[in-house]
Amino acid sequence: MKKWQELLISLTGITILYILISMLLKFGVLNNYNRGIMVLIGINIIAAASLNFATGILGQLALGHAGFMAIGAYSAAIFSKAVGDAGMPDVVVLIIALCIAGTMAAIFGIAIGIPALRLRGDYLGIVTLGFGEIIRISIYNIKAIGGARPVLGIPNLIGFTEIFFLVVIVLMALFLMIRSRHGRAILSIRENEIAAEAVGIPTTFYKIFGFATSAFFAGIAGGALAFNQRMIDPRKFTFMFSVEIFIIVVLGGMGSLTGTVVAAVVLGILNEWLHFIDQYRLVIYALLLVVMMIVRPSGLFGTREFSLVGLIKKVIRFTKSNKNVE
Amino acid sequence: MKDFLQQIIYGINAGSIYALIALGYTMVYGIVKLINFAHGDILMMGAYFGLLAITVLGLPFPLAIVIAMLVCAAFGMIINKVAYKPLRNAPRISALITALGISMFLENYFVVQFGLEVRKMPEIAWLKGEVFIGGLSIPKVTFLIVGLSIACMIALQFIVRKTKVGKAMRAVSEDMQAAKLMGINVDKTISITFALGSALGGLGGVLYSVAYYQVEPYMGILPGLKAFVAAVLGGIGIIPGAMFGGFVMGIIENLTKGFISSSWSNAILFGILILVLLFKPSGIFGKNTREKV
Repeated sequence: MKKWQELLISLTGITILYILISMLLKFGVLNNYNRGIMVLIGINIIAAASLNFATGILGQLALGHAGFMAIGAYSAAIFSKAVGDAGMPDVVVLIIALCIAGTMAAIFGIAIGIPALRLRGDYLGIVTLGFGEIIRISIYNIKAIGGARPVLGIPNLIGFTEIFFLVVIVLMALFLMIRSRHGRAILSIRENEIAAEAVGIPTTFYKIFGFATSAFFAGIAGGALAFNQRMIDPRKFTFMFSVEIFIIVVLGGMGSLTGTVVAAVVLGILNEWLHFIDQYRLVIYALLLVVMMIVRPSGLFGTREFSLVGLIKKVIRFTKSNKNVE
Repeated sequence: MKDFLQQIIYGINAGSIYALIALGYTMVYGIVKLINFAHGDILMMGAYFGLLAITVLGLPFPLAIVIAMLVCAAFGMIINKVAYKPLRNAPRISALITALGISMFLENYFVVQFGLEVRKMPEIAWLKGEVFIGGLSIPKVTFLIVGLSIACMIALQFIVRKTKVGKAMRAVSEDMQAAKLMGINVDKTISITFALGSALGGLGGVLYSVAYYQVEPYMGILPGLKAFVAAVLGGIGIIPGAMFGGFVMGIIENLTKGFISSSWSNAILFGILILVLLFKPSGIFGKNTREKV
């Protein structure tokens, strides 16, 4: 199959999925409540995919993603409130706000990454955790952006369609990056940093670049969260929030973006099912995490990716071989 | 000057609790190279068991401390057996994630069992009030906390330096494989390390709840993180380093609260952690290790 054929198949798959869900929404099979859940799942996908880029693809443990999301959320909120009455169409405001959210988070990502990425393993995890907490405490203490009080009155700019295409764009961007020359350099750092350096890959540059990319998309997720909730509560962005995103990545498989999508959807649905035992929900999550680590530490997907094209190729091969047997 | 000394006294009070908890982190890290995120929750469990022993069983305070320490030691061993032992040869990140999972499990299980409300540790009559020395007010609790902590640290040093178990612990932390070849029961030694660390964590929990009068399921997170910073500051894996780091943390925290800003104090503590890790990751007492390919 040619490249453009593969692209066509993927795009068709995405379009069919979109039309299917829109139809279900339109004919009332899925109600507004379900719609809200789907938007939240979408935001979780973006956040977890960005974390997976840092932890699974680049191989650097990051435990402070809530901090980047907080920066994104505040940047998006401040921008959209500032231009609130300027009469720009919603989509334009949304796009600009998310770009600002991502850029601000990426700037912080670079600033944090340059010193922090000298460390590795659990030390890096602790330092990112520390930076995440510092960001949160700083937000508490800056009166100009609301301090410890929630920020209210953010316009609601994100619905199902917006989040669906945002997820598609983010995942496509990440995939394109992973498959590019830069992506291969980043992957080589995960596999063996010393060997990567020995073959001439500027590891420091790529580590910071990868970390900043991860922060960029985390900022976008934060911005989307702000537009979806219409308010920001600074108390949300704690260490536990980072851990919740981290759980999605671990369950899906570190290094597999499609695994992250599946894990985010499964956990999002599980959340609703477990609603009747709401108090036990987090207990069950925690147990799930521990059992998962003992039984299948690589997560649902490992580092493999699900691909529609690959599936179709397999089916074709399977039918062909069956014909040969006949 | 008086204010300064007063803050230092409060700092020593908090610092001795941090030191107790930091010892648990540092012992476990020294022996299995695992950041035991669940250790902060052992502190929380210690506080709850102490509280329950006093309020439900009606035991006197010293007995409650002993019970909390014993129960925490048992839980430490169980957690090690159930969660960490199967992962001993797995990548370190898996063990770290498991530790996060255990921490989450304990917190949320205690939320389910005891609810989110903040319980008050009953005041102990003979610990109420303050002593005035040279114009400085020292809460009576401080004497108990500092005294007990230092006694425990001396006992721990004795165990690690002078007993057979301690020798085994030092051997395992030096080189697990070689220790195994020398006929040391590695599993048992690790188990004992967890028990000792958790007992100290439990003691820290009871003392923390006595000092600050409150017990709730998430109370372990912040002191746990601060104690971890203390362990890193002193050089993780090094027992005197953890004690030193604990006291330094407590004093710095109270000085920033007293003279700079109480709302920024946690940010400053994390800032210290980051600076230490960036400039001397092995800590103040640590030796630099060379990386091998």
